[in-house]
Amino acid sequence: MKSLLQKKSTRNNLITYGAVIVFYAVFQTLATTGSLKSLYKGLLVPICAYVILAVSLNLTVGILGELSLGHAGFMCIGAYSSVIFSLATHETIKSDFLRFLLALIIGGVCAAIFGIIIGVPILRLSGDYLAIVTLAFGEIIKNICNVLYIGYDSNGFQVGIKDSSVQLAEDGKMILKGAMGASDIPKDSTFTIGIILVLITLFVVFNFVDSRAGRAVMSIRDNRIAAQSTGINITKYKLLAFTISSFFAGIAGTLYAHNYSILTTKKYDYNTSIAILVFVVLGGMGNIRGSIIAALILTVLPEILRGFSEYRMLIYSVVLIAMMIYNSSPKLQGIKEKYSIKRILDAKKRAKALGENEKEAE
Amino acid sequence: MSFISYLISGISLGSIYAIIALGYTMVYGIAKMLNFAHGDIIMVGGYAVFTIGITCGMNKWIAMLVGVVVCTVLGIVIEKVAYKPLRGASSLAVLITAIGVSYLLQNLALLIFGSNPKSFTSVVSVPMIKLANGELTITGETIVTIIVCIIIMVVLTLFINKTKAGRAMLAVSEDKGAAQLMGVNVNGTIALTFAIGSALAAVAGILLCSAYPQIIPTTGAMPGIKAFTAAVFGGIGSIPGALIGGIILGVIESLGQAYISSQLADAIVFSVLIIVLLVKPTGIFGKKINEKV
Amino acid sequence: MSMALLETKNLGISFGGLKAVSDFNLTIEKGQLYGLIGPNGAGKTTIFNLLTGVYKPTEGMAELDGEVITGKSPVEICKHGVARTFQNIRLFKDLTVLDNVKVGLHNNYKYSLLDGIFRTPKYFKTEKAMNEKALELLKVFDLDNEAQFLAANLPYGKQRKLEIARALATEPKLLLLDEPAAGMNPNETQELMDNIRFIRDEFDMTILLIEHDMRLVSGICEEVTVLNFGQVLAQGETAQVLNDPAVIKAYIGE
Repeated sequence: MKSLLQKKSTRNNLITYGAVIVFYAVFQTLATTGSLKSLYKGLLVPICAYVILAVSLNLTVGILGELSLGHAGFMCIGAYSSVIFSLATHETIKSDFLRFLLALIIGGVCAAIFGIIIGVPILRLSGDYLAIVTLAFGEIIKNICNVLYIGYDSNGFQVGIKDSSVQLAEDGKMILKGAMGASDIPKDSTFTIGIILVLITLFVVFNFVDSRAGRAVMSIRDNRIAAQSTGINITKYKLLAFTISSFFAGIAGTLYAHNYSILTTKKYDYNTSIAILVFVVLGGMGNIRGSIIAALILTVLPEILRGFSEYRMLIYSVVLIAMMIYNSSPKLQGIKEKYSIKRILDAKKRAKALGENEKEAE
Repeated sequence: MSFISYLISGISLGSIYAIIALGYTMVYGIAKMLNFAHGDIIMVGGYAVFTIGITCGMNKWIAMLVGVVVCTVLGIVIEKVAYKPLRGASSLAVLITAIGVSYLLQNLALLIFGSNPKSFTSVVSVPMIKLANGELTITGETIVTIIVCIIIMVVLTLFINKTKAGRAMLAVSEDKGAAQLMGVNVNGTIALTFAIGSALAAVAGILLCSAYPQIIPTTGAMPGIKAFTAAVFGGIGSIPGALIGGIILGVIESLGQAYISSQLADAIVFSVLIIVLLVKPTGIFGKKINEKV
Repeated sequence: MSMALLETKNLGISFGGLKAVSDFNLTIEKGQLYGLIGPNGAGKTTIFNLLTGVYKPTEGMAELDGEVITGKSPVEICKHGVARTFQNIRLFKDLTVLDNVKVGLHNNYKYSLLDGIFRTPKYFKTEKAMNEKALELLKVFDLDNEAQFLAANLPYGKQRKLEIARALATEPKLLLLDEPAAGMNPNETQELMDNIRFIRDEFDMTILLIEHDMRLVSGICEEVTVLNFGQVLAQGETAQVLNDPAVIKAYIGE
């Protein structure tokens, strides 16, 4: 019976990988044959980035059960660190692919390091306080990126928080210009790379969830006190989930930033954090495949429906409220405990299986 | 002299934070939820006064009254429609819903009023005071804000300690179940709390838009979050805590803006929030809450 | 006397000046089945919380197998060999029955994060061993054919049993059961008594349990301690203690 179950979760994951690959094959063909409008073509890389963001945030919100309102902050760190790297090495590293590979690693690792630095102190908190602190960190990161001036010349790098504090020699070049951000970024992101990154993210997250560490994380979500009495190190596993989540947010930030020639903090603010949260909530907390579908639909839909974009955020907010009340209201579901579709489906299966068992016994 | 003037504008800004923080602290104390949309009620109050007083050209007192009534009703409606069905649900669900409400209000305002700032005419007609041979000026808005804040604090403290409804609030915040058994109308008390909190938010909105005379759909968002910081700083659930937390935060922001960097002012305020939550999550006057095992 | 597995000396805790438990002395021998009884609010669960590190005692200490455990964190105490169940059941409700037990096995069956992500042979080997061990434990409680269902959907009595299975999975020396029979019907209680005896005999377990069901206490506990208002009222052989007039008075009142 158990082997059947394992096959089932593996099969589910394979279906998800397969769907991503089919999606890639279809749209890559459409794009190369020119049957895809350039408007949609431009969406392909952002879709990949948003899928990665949604899947990685689902790790924090759905699997760990803590609300992060600063996911865009980690995306921002990934974007800025990798763009600085790409601009600084634009002339020295000739291979676009190699440079972008390194940029991705730098973006992800920088975001993960910040995840650890931030996570160590704040993960002692939980619930509302943790949510508000992640929001605060996201805003601080954005604020700092907004005032950063970075340039380099033959004498090396210079960093400052004022225009005047970076004085470059004749051969110098500015990389970041405060609120103006960076420009002339090499557009290294492609749909193919984006899809590969989506698959890597899925691979890591799926396998993480279905492992010893993933179980520990979910046990903390379900009952913190029971988890520690069962010998689970709460801080360690919270930090682990949070760090992996930050790492992929950094990867997504790198991918997203290298799709445009200009980088400012505008796309990495609180609104983006909320948009990603909407993907996760709409797709179902803890449901990775749902996150992917929600991210895809909610990125494409506003572009298809003209004039809809004005109402986009309005509809997001209504969706958020309606979904939460529908899914979590103790009154709507009769009993508080039986709130989730997952549980109801499982109860049905259980009743069916046990009913059959009883028949066998007879 | 410039230091004193920054200090005074900090206290004035802090007084506004304190009034907003009161709403947060009361709702958190009684409904045990972080009402993320509280800041946006400030914005609604601002727009209501703007529409009645400036677009329709009515008397400013009528405009302010309408603003307060609109926010009070809005607060009660939000509680009934969005939060009440979730009573007893996980705090994650309630918080996400509150974020949804906050977004809904902001985007409704965006559709109705557009993203361009509307210029707001100050409702204050108190003249400014010049001190120290004109080196130090205190605006009428600053004076009114501080006085209003003090009046609200005193009246609210009296209300909670001396009236039946106020004591019912205290009872519900201590133990909802026990209060219900003792005959307290819990639903009514929670609705009243939202009503008072939202009315205060309207007052804060009017003062905020008078001091910084323009209004956009996100006007309430940042002050809202900062006021929450103030409420946490002072200790969630504590009225004097909200006052002291608000003023300290306002002063930090004002001085940070003046002496460190105006662009980093928000970052400084948020750093304070993080430090407070890490060092003393219960705030200055807060009580420790333990989960029963 | 070196056979004592658990020994507490003047253990106590006060909350804001109010003494919830004071001068609590208890010695449990290896392999004993020991009962902790007393009226509601006597401080029984508080003692479990002190022994598992959920609360830090304000006075006294507790030793497990000669090592001081008081002051340690719940995780460390679990690793030292104390496992417990909860009065108000605390399962991992959105995990399967099997995974609930596998969380209990966490510290005894290890592979690294990278083994897990890259699915190395070690991952498969360890997971297989974990599944076998978990099913073996579930079988004790007749839960093995419900392994793949969510814990939330088990009926109440089975949830209590699953909690015991999860606690056993941590391979404890001392098992603390907080009202294991609460909410069970007489049949289920009878089954549970058999289960508890079986665990003691089969796993060489030492068990301390809190219970209100006197049939269960007198049926399986060799010794009991009666707690009243945070203090020990009586201690000794079960039959003797339960007939003590002072104990009867504490239960029934004047």
